[in-house]
Amino acid sequence: MPIHCEIVSQDRMVWSGEADMVVVPGASGEMGILANHAPLLSTLKPGIIKVVRDGQEDYYTVTGGVVEVRPDKVTILADASEHVTEIDERRAEEARKRAEELLKKTPPSTAEHLAAQAALQRARIRLDAVRRFRPKSGPQIQSGAPEDKG
Amino acid sequence: MATAREVKLRIRSVKSIAQITRALQAVSASKVQRAIATVEASRPYATKAWEVLTHVAMQPGREHMHPLMTRRDEVKNVLVALITSDRGLAGPYNTNVLRFMFKKFDNYPVPVHYVTIGRKGREILHRRGKHIVADFSGIPDRPKFADVSQIGHLLVEEFLSGKADEIYLVYTDFVNMLRQNPTMKKLLPLEVEEDTRVQDFSPAAGHKAVASYIYEPDETEILNQIVPRFTQLQVFHAVLESQASEHAARMVAMKNATDNATELADALQLEYNKARQQSITSEMLDIAGGAEALAQAMAAEARKAAQAAQQSQ
Repeated sequence: MPIHCEIVSQDRMVWSGEADMVVVPGASGEMGILANHAPLLSTLKPGIIKVVRDGQEDYYTVTGGVVEVRPDKVTILADASEHVTEIDERRAEEARKRAEELLKKTPPSTAEHLAAQAALQRARIRLDAVRRFRPKSGPQIQSGAPEDKG
Repeated sequence: MATAREVKLRIRSVKSIAQITRALQAVSASKVQRAIATVEASRPYATKAWEVLTHVAMQPGREHMHPLMTRRDEVKNVLVALITSDRGLAGPYNTNVLRFMFKKFDNYPVPVHYVTIGRKGREILHRRGKHIVADFSGIPDRPKFADVSQIGHLLVEEFLSGKADEIYLVYTDFVNMLRQNPTMKKLLPLEVEEDTRVQDFSPAAGHKAVASYIYEPDETEILNQIVPRFTQLQVFHAVLESQASEHAARMVAMKNATDNATELADALQLEYNKARQQSITSEMLDIAGGAEALAQAMAAEARKAAQAAQQSQ
């Protein structure tokens, strides 16, 4: 039995459709959500969302947010989210280097230092997602690709 | 009366003005569409966040409200975030929103501080000697959420630090191409009324008797996530609405300018034709008069010659 899933960020609908299972990085650990899950509200940690449908897996990065689960519907309010094919690996790599340099320069536990830490984490997640989950060949955009309205 | 040459020069300059304003009109028209599309794209998040927000906030037995949702008993300072445009040539757009704001806040009982978004508003407030806390001019034309989120961030900080007890957003709401309304919205504290939307909220149509939610880690943490983002989103919306209004106002202003220029060019063309005709007529008269005078002179000469010939005979 499929469950309806929506991934929305503040500036666009990242993806919406039916899924067999959705795995999200919840505040207290990874959660796999199937249909008829108990109603749940949870914050999200930065990480990767996995959407399974018809045996296929799709991956989205998420930098944080909130997930709302109802028995027939999962809504992810993401701070920022991207499908793995949307990620620009080179830019993510640059962002990682920039963040690392900034991290060295700024004194610990200042606002800049924390921001750099967060930026580094974001860049790492994106790089990780690209390297692990990007389809090696074939069409870059699959049928489950996000509708880009931005 | 101007000469035909002078009029011709003016026609040329008026026509080139019309060309420029027509181009600006076309550009603004497409920008309006884009701004509206961006507002639409951010609507799913806004609707959803609002649902979750009201739901969590309205939970019976919530011991304390989230700080951003707590109304303060005594309002000592008010902060106004004013959205105007960076550039002029937008018809009455900036004037309208500024007049609207001054009407509300000029004789306010408590001190009012300002955050300006847009150069025009900053200049006017500065000239009037108002206290500007921060200025966010130069928002790009096609703003992303990240371009605007820092504004919301600052407003939240100002509120939490107690420097402002109420924060208002003054911007221009886009109704349609011909109507844009200056609007004021209370941004903080966020007020969750017993809204009709709350009733729609149930974990699924058909699943009656809403089982209560499991919260991870807890309600407060979830509100901490959502409330500041919702505030930022409201600012983002207001910026987009204002941009759509700005471009619509500019489009109408430019359309009027194009129409006026075309009309003026037509009137000048008429004047040019008249002046040209007149100069031809007067030239003709000159020639005709000259020819007449010459003919008369020649006739007189001939008569004299004839008389002289008669006398000599």
